[in-house]
Amino acid sequence: MSSNSETATPVVDHERERLLEAIKGSLGDSLVESHIKPGDDLWIRVSTESWQASVQKLRDVHSFDYFGFLSAIDWMPSPYGRGEDDPTEPAPVRDTTIRSGYAGGDTRMQVFIRIVNSTTHFGITVKVDVSDSAPSVDSLVSIYAGANWHERETHEMFGINFVGHNDLRNMYLPVDFEGHPLRKDFPLLARMVKPWPGIVDVEPLPGGDEEVSVDAKDGDA
Amino acid sequence: MTMLGDRQQLSYIAAQAADARLNLELETEGMTLNIGPQHPATHGTLRIIARLDGEQVVWAEPACGYMHRGYEKLTAVRTFPQVTTLVNRIDWLGSFANEVPFILAAEKLMGVEAPPRAAYIRTILFELSRIANVTLFLGDLGVQLGAITPVFLAFRDREYVLNLIESATGGRFHPNFDRIGGLKDDLPAGWIDETHAVMKKLRGFCDQIEDLLFGNEIFQSRTRGIGVIPRDVALQYGLSGANLRASGVDWDLRRDQSLPMMWNKADWKVWTHPDGDSFARCWIRLQETRESTKIVDQLLGVIPSGPIMAKVPKIIKVPEGEAWVSTENPLGEMGYYVVSRGDLGPFRVKIRSASFNNISITPWLLRGVYVPDIVTILASLYFILGDIDR
Repeated sequence: MSSNSETATPVVDHERERLLEAIKGSLGDSLVESHIKPGDDLWIRVSTESWQASVQKLRDVHSFDYFGFLSAIDWMPSPYGRGEDDPTEPAPVRDTTIRSGYAGGDTRMQVFIRIVNSTTHFGITVKVDVSDSAPSVDSLVSIYAGANWHERETHEMFGINFVGHNDLRNMYLPVDFEGHPLRKDFPLLARMVKPWPGIVDVEPLPGGDEEVSVDAKDGDA
Repeated sequence: MTMLGDRQQLSYIAAQAADARLNLELETEGMTLNIGPQHPATHGTLRIIARLDGEQVVWAEPACGYMHRGYEKLTAVRTFPQVTTLVNRIDWLGSFANEVPFILAAEKLMGVEAPPRAAYIRTILFELSRIANVTLFLGDLGVQLGAITPVFLAFRDREYVLNLIESATGGRFHPNFDRIGGLKDDLPAGWIDETHAVMKKLRGFCDQIEDLLFGNEIFQSRTRGIGVIPRDVALQYGLSGANLRASGVDWDLRRDQSLPMMWNKADWKVWTHPDGDSFARCWIRLQETRESTKIVDQLLGVIPSGPIMAKVPKIIKVPEGEAWVSTENPLGEMGYYVVSRGDLGPFRVKIRSASFNNISITPWLLRGVYVPDIVTILASLYFILGDIDR
């Protein structure tokens, strides 16, 4: 991959294009959008109602038999930023528009999985929109047994319900924990109770009055 | 070997069935056995709750979360170069290998590639962390099954590898040495000769362990036919690394994936085993350590000269996009799904760690085994708690 790949003639990834055509053929209308990065990866988005059926087809028809992982993304920009604001300054204005990534999306949160064909070693990332008001999708445990723990973790961290999963207990957090930590509107409490030391604590380095380099600011919050 | 394995499996199943009948007749009362959180077989703090009927497990479930540190949340308030400090601590026995896929993902989004010299040194350090990691596994395996000697040998010989990693990177366990676009420093003088010598010692260690442990009758009878994972179950659960190859899947991300790393410049072999039992998993790891020493030896001879850093801006902003990079880490497939919004730090990082998938099979695998076999199975699946809880 060269650094000027943007300006070079676009490369066509014939193998992935062919794979995508085949997937389009079998999924039909369930496939909402797709994205190919030539020589790198393939993304598709399927409709929420067809989530379980589509993944089933991907496994049975296209032999994506290896389960990589399942997780979710909250596309809303964090209202807290990166927690590096100077507390004495007025609150900054932040971008609040929800923009989705590759293969698009209409909702704030998306569930995505990574599955791989264990013979050809081609992988695919499958995304699905999750309703804002009642975040819920069908469970994939009946297709990939390994999805069990991943769905539990996603349920705990994002508050997304998986219909058909009968054991959505917390994996990490205490039973009575309130909130869903990986949602962007859940504040990182360590940054709330103590301001980021990179802003307030940095003293001038001995013998130097130039600004602190990025490396020297490494520290933990 | 396959035939013998099958026969042993059948006799094992028959014995279990006979026991089950006996239990039914005797109507033994169930009990709950709690293993851990502090137990030598747990490599950290994993707790296993097993419901027993006599000596047999009816139901078992690992309880995770004793070491959950919320790295996925923390990455959102770090800059890209700072994230390596966090991911170092996921699999703490092979730390350098954790940094590589993240750095590769960031480089992929930026369209930067490390210069060849850096890629060679990266690959060598990656394999060294595998050797350091798996050496400890081989020793620890013995101690968990009741053989004390191997662990002393392992700690002695792992120290040589850790010394190498320390002299090159400055850190024994958490090097934090990989940078976007290359490496922090070049290798110190005399390092190459020293590494050749250590690799020879490590091959000696592998031979010793093979004689001492793998040839031991008690070890064999405690691992053969125990915890058999068939191929399709392994794939469904997303097992990776030696656990997957022990079930007969010929798949190694170092060989079957094009990454800007240098594994394909060396001549080595991907080992698989048809049995899928605990013995197979341990045996594969032993062979892989040997192969790793070969890779290191070969790559050391052909490191090109040149810079170790590509041209990257001092303040790194990663262009908008999504990237998935995974590598064959000591414990299995470790990958990062990185989403960037063109900011100083990542928007979202999903950390796919090998042990999380590898251990999620235990409720299925432990059903019906005997209590001492729990330890064998956990040891042979080989997990690190930091790699489960993240």
